[in-house]
This record gives sequence, C-alpha cells and structure tokens, in this order.
Amino acid sequence: MSTAATAPATATAGPGRGPLRLRGDLAIWIVILMELATFALLFLSCAFARLREPAVFAQGQQQLDLRHGALNTALLIGGSWCVARAVHALRQGLPGLRWLLAALACGAGFVGLKSAEFAHHLAAGINLSTDTFWMFYLLLAGFHYLHVVAALVLLALVAVQTARGAYGPHDVHAPETAAAFWHMVDLLWLVLFPLVYVMRAPS
Amino acid sequence: MSTRTLDAVALGLLLATALTWWLGEGGVVQHTRWAVPLVLLMAGAKGAAVAWHFMELRHAPLLWRALVLGWLGLVLGLIGLAWMAG
Repeated sequence: MSTAATAPATATAGPGRGPLRLRGDLAIWIVILMELATFALLFLSCAFARLREPAVFAQGQQQLDLRHGALNTALLIGGSWCVARAVHALRQGLPGLRWLLAALACGAGFVGLKSAEFAHHLAAGINLSTDTFWMFYLLLAGFHYLHVVAALVLLALVAVQTARGAYGPHDVHAPETAAAFWHMVDLLWLVLFPLVYVMRAPS
Repeated sequence: MSTRTLDAVALGLLLATALTWWLGEGGVVQHTRWAVPLVLLMAGAKGAAVAWHFMELRHAPLLWRALVLGWLGLVLGLIGLAWMAG
C-alpha cells in the first residue's frame, strides 16, 4: 500500500467525535465499491430472472439445505465479530492475535462447509448449464466463495504480522484494511443468503 | 466503540439470522405475504449494522455512508420489488 493511499480518505471535523475518516486504506474502499456494484448486478439479475422462470427457481432452491446457509451466515457473522474485536484490541494495545485466529477459524469453517456443498451439487451432476437457477447460484456463491478465500489470505497475512508485534496503538492501518474487506464479504452474504436460500416461492 | 457494543451487535445479528432461518425452514416464507418483506427488512438491518459498527462507517464521511447504505437499500428494495412482481 502506497504512502499516499494510506492517508486518511477524508478528514472533516465531527463535533465531539473526532475527525471523520474511513477505517482502512482508501484503495480497499474503492475495491469494495467496485465489488458492491458487481454483486448488485448479479443479485438483481438473479432476482428478476426468477420472474421469468419461477418454477425452475423453486425447484432448484428446494435442493439447497437452508441449515447450511444459516450456519454459513453464523460463521461469517462470528468471523466479523472476531475481526472487529481484534482491531479494537490492537487499538487498545491488547493482544489481538487470538481474535484473528478465531476469525480465521470461522472463515475456514465457511470455506469447508461451502466446499462440501459445491462437491455435493457437482456430484449430483449440477453445473452452470443445468438451468437458470443453478447458473445464478453457482455464479453468486462461487464468486462469493473466492472473495472469502481472498479475505482469509488478507487476515492470515495480518495475523502473521500481528504475531511479530507489528501492530498496536501506533499502527492499525493494515488490520483495519483487511477488516474492511472481510466485513464487505459478510455484507454481501447477508444479501445472498435470503435471496438464494430463504425466499422460496411455493412450488 | 466498546467491546460490549460489538458483542451486542454480533448477538443481534445471530438472533436475526436464526429468525430468518426459522421463517424459511418452517415454510412461513412460502405461505404468508409478510414474511419476505420481513426477511428483507432484517437483511437490511443486519447489513446496516455490519456497515455501521463493524466496517465503522459511523466514523466515515457522509459520502461513504451514503454509498454503502444506499447500495444496501437499493439492492434489497429492488429484490423486494422483483419478488412482489412475481
């Protein structure tokens, strides 16, 4: 991350709250905006495609295990909580490593469960060309899965540096940057979960 | 931001997820008109909580708050519109 990019994005005085600024690198926030825009197109394409083929979507959704979706949501929320606690601890000069490791465990749990789901669907002969529902499901869930993996890599790098004592009250910029990306992955899933798993029309 | 607030936000998110799961698993979503709007409202509240407290948008300039929270409202609103049109 460049020196220029590590500067606070904006600094406007807020009464009693200190300067307003983005937590994390401006570059990651620009990436976050691009990811949000990309996923918005996918979410809305999926939502409106359902209008054309409601029976296909209802049939496909019945093959998804809602419990897995809910458990994955809980794992991402748990991971977000741990990441937020890690950043908070580092700012206070407290050990943040255990929180980062717990977040990594949550993320690994998500990846493991999602991998098992994908393997199950692929073994059942489902692929991108099966029908419109599965095309959207595999695109959305697969693209999101890759983002979770990327977020885990960022968190792991931050964890290694945290173990070396690189961060503390003097510098939490990199942990804040990785945290922003992780939370974005969580935010995207909070839209994906109801859209794909929960909103089922009567079949 | 205190650790107590972070813990309370996480607990609220988990409870809302459990309620969302119950609405889907129990078939409520398929048989009642109010369930999907409720699910989308909860998704919006959960997403806003993540953005506000975990992503710390409460400390961000207004433009960034508007961009992220506006994205969330717009996407969920259009998903709801598509559902109602179905």
